[in-house]
This record gives sequence, C-alpha cells and structure tokens, in this order.
Amino acid sequence: MITFDLAEASVRDLNQRLHDLPEDTNERAWRVLNPKGAHALAAGLERPIEVLIEGHVGYYCAGMNKEATVIIDGHCGVGVAENMMSGEVRVKGNASQSAGASAHGGLLVIEGDASARCGISMKGVDIVVGGSVGHMSGFMAQTGTLVVCGDAGQSLGDSIYEAKIFVQGKVESLGADCVEKKIGEHHLAKLSRLLARAGIKADPRNFRRYGSARKLYNFHIDHADAY
Amino acid sequence: MCGIVGLFLKNPAMRAQLGQHLSVMLIGMTERGPDSAGIAVYHRPTGASQCKLTLFHADPHYHWRQVGGGLGEGLACEVDIEIKANHAVVTVAADEAAARRWLKENHPELRVMGYGQLMEVYKDMGLPAEVVDKYGVRSMEGSHAIGHTRMATESAVTTEHSHPFTAAPDMCLVHNGSLSNHNNLRKWLRRRGHEFETDNDSEVAARYFAHRLGEGASLPEALEAGLADLDGFYTFTMGTRDGFAVLRDGIACKPAVLAETDDWVAMASEFRSLANLPGVEDATIWEPKPAVVYTWSLQ
Amino acid sequence: MTVDPRALRPSAAFSQQVLAEIHRAADQGLYEIRGFGTKRKLPSFDDLVFLGASVSRYPLEGYREKCATDVWLGTRFAKNPIHLKIPITIAGMSFGALGANAKEAIGRACTEIGTSSTTGDGGMTEEERRSSKTLVYQVLPSRYGLNPDDLRRADAIEVVVGQGAKPGGGGMLLGMKITERVAKMRDLPVGIDQRSACRHPDWTGPDDLTIKIQEIREITNWEKPIYVKVGATRTRYDVALAVKAGADVVVVDGMQGGTAATQDVFIEHVGIPTLPAVRLAVEALQELDMHRKVQLIVSGGIRSGADAGKALALGADAVSIGSAAMVALGCNKPVHVEDYHKIGTEPGYCHHCHTGLCPVGVTTQVPELQARLHPEQGAHWLRNYLSVMTLELQTVARACGKSHVHNLEPDDLVALTVEAAAMAGVPLAGTNWIPGRNNY
Repeated sequence: MITFDLAEASVRDLNQRLHDLPEDTNERAWRVLNPKGAHALAAGLERPIEVLIEGHVGYYCAGMNKEATVIIDGHCGVGVAENMMSGEVRVKGNASQSAGASAHGGLLVIEGDASARCGISMKGVDIVVGGSVGHMSGFMAQTGTLVVCGDAGQSLGDSIYEAKIFVQGKVESLGADCVEKKIGEHHLAKLSRLLARAGIKADPRNFRRYGSARKLYNFHIDHADAY
Repeated sequence: MCGIVGLFLKNPAMRAQLGQHLSVMLIGMTERGPDSAGIAVYHRPTGASQCKLTLFHADPHYHWRQVGGGLGEGLACEVDIEIKANHAVVTVAADEAAARRWLKENHPELRVMGYGQLMEVYKDMGLPAEVVDKYGVRSMEGSHAIGHTRMATESAVTTEHSHPFTAAPDMCLVHNGSLSNHNNLRKWLRRRGHEFETDNDSEVAARYFAHRLGEGASLPEALEAGLADLDGFYTFTMGTRDGFAVLRDGIACKPAVLAETDDWVAMASEFRSLANLPGVEDATIWEPKPAVVYTWSLQ
Repeated sequence: MTVDPRALRPSAAFSQQVLAEIHRAADQGLYEIRGFGTKRKLPSFDDLVFLGASVSRYPLEGYREKCATDVWLGTRFAKNPIHLKIPITIAGMSFGALGANAKEAIGRACTEIGTSSTTGDGGMTEEERRSSKTLVYQVLPSRYGLNPDDLRRADAIEVVVGQGAKPGGGGMLLGMKITERVAKMRDLPVGIDQRSACRHPDWTGPDDLTIKIQEIREITNWEKPIYVKVGATRTRYDVALAVKAGADVVVVDGMQGGTAATQDVFIEHVGIPTLPAVRLAVEALQELDMHRKVQLIVSGGIRSGADAGKALALGADAVSIGSAAMVALGCNKPVHVEDYHKIGTEPGYCHHCHTGLCPVGVTTQVPELQARLHPEQGAHWLRNYLSVMTLELQTVARACGKSHVHNLEPDDLVALTVEAAAMAGVPLAGTNWIPGRNNY
C-alpha cells in the first residue's frame, strides 16, 4: 500500500505518479490522505490499480477513469467519474451534481445520496445509488443503467434515449418522454446482478422501471410542447 | 463568476474566531474569484438609538474626520469613526435613513457599503488574501458573516461592483451565477424609487429583495417572490440581522454546499472552503435543493 | 389580360423568401432546419480595405523578401504548444455532419500545408487522426464519442461553449445521417433525430469552467494547449472570462459561421457578425495584457486571404475556415445538377447539408454520394485553396510593408461604411472618424 499525503505534496504530483505507472506495475494499492475537497483527484487513470481516498473530494474525482478502482471514503463534488470508460468508482458518502456524467462504461456506486443530474448524458455506464438522487437525474441518458434505491427528484429521465432507470422509492415527477415500463424477469436478473456488484442489499421486486416512450425520436409538431 | 461563503455560529464560544474561519473560507475560493472580494460581518451591536454605516472612498488620504465632524453637526448627534484602509465605520446616534440622506447631500463622493446596527461591509479589488489582510478580517469576532470572491462576468471590475450588495439595514447579498432579466428588473425597481450604483445583476437582486421586505414580506416570503421574478441561474446567500439565508434557482446549475455541526452552520460554493472548519469531519454535509428557501437565525 | 410587369411591386418585408417560409411553416408545423451559415447581408470584412504602400510606407518585394506566416498557439500553459506554418486552420466539423472522405481530405490537406484540423460533435475518427498531423479535439456539451484515449492523442483540446451559427444551441443531426457508424460513435439509436444538450453536463459558468479546464490538464499532464470556443455574442466578457478560466487560446466564431444543421432562426438572428467580434475580443485581451499571450483564432465567414489579413490586422493570431473549406471540397459546385434539383435547390444556392444528400459527397453518409469525393482529390483542392489564401495574405501584407503577417495592424485598414467603421473600430476612409470613439 503506497500512501500519498496531499498535505505534503500536490494533486499534480499525485496524478503524474499515477499516470506514469507502467502497464505491468506492481504499485497497485494506493491510499491518498487529506484530499480536503481538492479537484481532479485520480483523474485520467488507466491502470488496473486501486486508489483509496480518505476524506472528502472536490470536482471530477476519477474523471475519465479507465480500468482503475477508485474508492472515496467521504463525499464527492461535482462530476465524480465523469466520462468514465471502465473500472469502478465507489463513493461511500454523498455525491454532488452530475455524478457519472456522460460516462461510457464501468460501475459507479454511490452509497449515500446523489444530488441533481445523476447520470446526465450517460453513455453506457452502470450507476447504483444506495440513497436518493436529485432532480433531472438521467437527463438525456443514452445507454446504460441507473439504479436508485431511494427516491428520485423532479424530471427523472427527461429526454431519455435508451438508458434504463430503476427506482425503488418515490419518483417526484418524470421528465419529457420518460415513462414507467413493465419489469420482466430479465430486468429483475440484471438488477439483481447490479445490486450484488454494488454490494447493496435490496429486493429487485421492489423496483419500478423507467425508460423512453420514444416519441421524441423524430421531430414532429405534435410533440412541440415537450421541447 | 464567483465563490460565495457564509458562516453562522451557533456556539457563542466560537465568536472570537469568526473572522479567522471566514478568512480561510474566503481564501479557499480564490480561483473562482480572483478579481475582487468582500465580506459582511455581524458584530459590535450599536445602542438602540444608534446606527452604523460602512463607507468607502478610494483615496487613502481621504478626510474622514471632517466628514464625521460635519455629520455630527448636521444631525446634532454624537459620531464615532473607525478608519480601516479605504473604508470607515461611522457610528451615529441617529436614524440610518437620516444619516444616509445627509451623506448623500453633503458627500456624494462616498459609497455606502452597508448600514444597520450590526453589519459592517468591506469589499475591494484584489485577491481574497489581500482583501482579508487590508481590513484585518482575521481578528474580527462576531456571530455570523458572509463573503464573496468575484470573477466579473458582465460588468466592470471595480470596488463598487464587488459583492456583498446591501439594500436594507443589516441586510446584504452575495451571488454566484448570472441573472438574465436584471435589466428590466432594474427599470421596474427604479420606477418604484430605488437608486442603483452599478450595472451589476447582483445589485438588482439585493434591491429586489429589499423592495419585497420593504413591502412587508418576511424573509422567506421575499425569497419565494424572487423565485418567480428573478430569471437566470443563481445561488444567493443573504446576511440578515439574525442570521443568513440560502436560495438556489429551480434549475440549480451553480454549486452550493452546506455543512452543519452543533457549533456552526456553513455554506460555500465548493467543499474545499469548508474543509478546514473545526469538526467538519463529523459535520452533516448536504446540498440545498433547488427553489427551496433555507434560513438560519439566532434564537 | 396580360400583367404589366412594371406594376409588380415586390415587398421588402414580405419578400419571396419570407412568403415561401410562411407557407412552408403553415404546411409543416416545424421550424426550418438547414445547413450553411448566415445568408443575409451583414457588415463584414468586405467593408474594410487595406492602406497599401505609399510615399511614406514601402512595400516588400514578392517572393524574394520574406513575409513569414507561421504562428505558435498555446504558449500560455501547455508543455507542447502548436507551431503552424500558416495562420489559417480548419474549424471543427463533425464526422456525422461530414462524411469520412471529407474528413480525410481535410486531414491530408492540413498535413501537407502545415496547419491543424479539428474534430467535431461526434468524436475523433481514425481517418482524421491518421491523416491530420495536427488535430484539435473538441469537448462539446453532448460529449458524443469523448474518451481519454483520444484526448491524449490529440494535439490540442477545444472546449466548445458555443459556435457562431447557434450560440446557445446544441448540435443537431437528423435521422438520415445517423447511420450505423455514426450511431455507434455517438451511442445513439440508428435513424433517430439527434436531440443535443446546449449546456455542458458537468459545468456551467466560467468559475466552474476553470475547474473543468484544470481537470483536462490533469488528465493530459498539462501537455496540450486548451482552447475555449465561443459563438460571438457578449464577446468582450466571454474572452475575458475564457482567459480568467485558464484558456491557452480563445476561438471566437462570428454569426456568419456555418453549421450542417440547425434552426434557420438561430443562424440568421442570434449572434453578432465577425467584424465587431474580432475587435471586442482583441480589446478584452489587451485590457488583461494578454494579447499574443493567449492567442485568438477568429472564424465565421472567412473566405479569402484578404479576410484573413483583415482579421489579423485587427489583432487575431489566426483564422479558422469551415464553410469555405467545404466549398473548396466541392460544396455548391455546378456538377451533378440533377441531384441538387432532387433536394429542391440549385448549385450556388444549396444549404441542404441537413438532408444528408449532398450532391458532391461532402456532407453525406450515403456511400454512392460519398464516392463522388475522393480523399486525394479533395485534399488537393483544399491544399490549393489554402495555398491561394496564404499567397493572398502575403500579398496584402507585403503591400503594407510587413515581413510577418502578424505585424499587420488596425491602422493598415480603413472602412467603406459607417457601420463597418464603428464595428471594426477603424476610421471611415478619407476621414479620421471612428463612430462612437471620437468626435469629428
């Protein structure tokens, strides 16, 4: 385990060291101390290493993550794991806005709550939230899966494409073109698997599924209200 | 455009360190706002028949004593002046409206940064660390304070354009965001007798809330009215005599973080400004919901 | 009874075009979507002229006496700034809007002549990375196809706040052009009409843009220049804010800037012309003492070496072309005329990129149409056009006595109209008058 103390060295030093790790590195376990809300921590990683950050982080932690596992033992700021490609990012506390924004793959787990726009523009990532999500979550979500064990705020899935959203608690309101859909056995199985990977206990049968009504897929005057 | 911070002490034992903590919070927001900074601190209450005004003049050799003398004569009352760099805190045994009228008529070159019985406002161009040093913020005690670091968007970088903006006794406002209908609102408010010192959108918001309060609205009611009338993106933090309030617009793109312990409640645009507050490791940390009024007061 | 043609009075307000548009809107019930840039007449570089050599100012000989054209971009923070041979770059245009052959042609031409090309809303294709030696990678609100591998193999990164054709609008691509390949790159279903975000998903405002730029620098180890691109609206504030947010280069796209598809109302009525935008941008940089330290690239209706020269004289470090590059590749050429008719237009009037049926194979995904643009031929045409632009630029610069095109200055220009004088901040020809600046 390599310990890196941000009270002694800079974010730039940390990120450069992590970026410089060769493909066959044996420096695979990292512990980062004193993040104190710093931004872009562990952004741009591309090795199958594990980075544990002890404390609260700022914006874009684990941004564009590839392959790595990043664990934040605290809360995180805006855009955690934004545009992640693969690997796993886990937030033990709460996440701020735009968690997992435009992410393409991998798994993002938020054990607490996520704020507004969770999964905005998601492009294939799996996001599992142990708590609730804020308004406009799943906005323009293209593909991937968003699982919310708590409640969802206003305008869930506004302008959604083909992503799937599962919510266990209350949905304050649905966004444009987002509707409740039937849950089938294969959905339950997928949900089960995701919850297991996330390490969060919940019964898939308590969830409801939401997705696109596909009425906005072609511009048409009858749907002008939705724009 | 900006960073905003606010600190409200529930535990009176912490009051001596208010300025120290707020300085650290403010400096944490330097990257968001390198152009200018300002703070409003609530402390040193005047007597019931007194008021105090924070005044500004850019000339370091300005003749403040003369102004004090004139004011005392003009209003036939006692006047105390404390000079802090290019600001002066003037305590007057008179009504604040009368004092402001006299100053406007006799010294229109002075800017009134704030007035009331508790609030003092200090703001200037420069980095937050410079502004904090200039006015000795670190040694200030008090019950609550708000602060702002500015990256100018659509108006000039001048002292007057810095936040906090004040529009009523012991009331001021800091703003992170960008209003989109402030020009029309400014005209609307002018027609109702309000005068403006800048073309800044945040000044419009401050005077708008003062207008609602002047009509008899409570603080929450005034803020609710703002949700309907103010268009654009905003996180507002308002300082009031008794505490502070936080409001985000309905879309809530601009950031806001709140933290609370038994000893204090704090607000900032980014967590890193809260990261050094005592006990923050165990604080409850959350984000204010869009279009919901949050208020805290000393009761 | 015959109609006396002299009695036919056209209405300026309800012109033929306006009448046709209202009839169309009544029929279809949706706003008009089209490609290309602003078509109505605007004050532009055509209203400025150079003051060439005179008794007091001596010209340089062509060819023998050097007139240098190179430019460095990204010197503020990047470890690896970009050095271009000519101050004319190719603007961002998406794969999706353009076909693969067009992107490859552009890449090859840029490599040959020594300038940069730019990816667009849809991500980086292999063709363009392979063919273009210096490639700028856009980060747009949609984030289609964005990934760290492409970020790291780009030569510069351009954060797009907006573009001149539609400041405040997001990308648009209609179903016909969302083929398998485009859909896969963008993670969209095939054949739908793409709706796009107009704001970035994870930041809004210059204070948060500052943090976003830092993240991109962190991911790329501070190696690459970061550009910030804005459509021209409140240009003075925007450029100042881009500088404060940490940009190495600012790109300002005037309202004439083109698009492959957006609402006509955006193209014609939102944004300010390139002419005042250049001046505002330069003044903002000068006020911050950042002129030439943060470089300025100007685009939006640049068509010739003369336009480039005027932009540089007003203080830009480089210009960018989009529509003009496509014209060089064949856009609006009078060939395959029956195919122009099929989409309801004629060569010289076509703005039908949005249909995906480009008769000359530039803005289409249809294989038979794409085949009409051979990458080598396209590269040859574009390279020739860029050479001509550069020679024209050098010609006017030499006539003004400059050994480097960057030594062109506003005082080398005068205006032919009052509007242009006011917008560009140069005197009306034959007078000392700059409207709004001095009393005369």
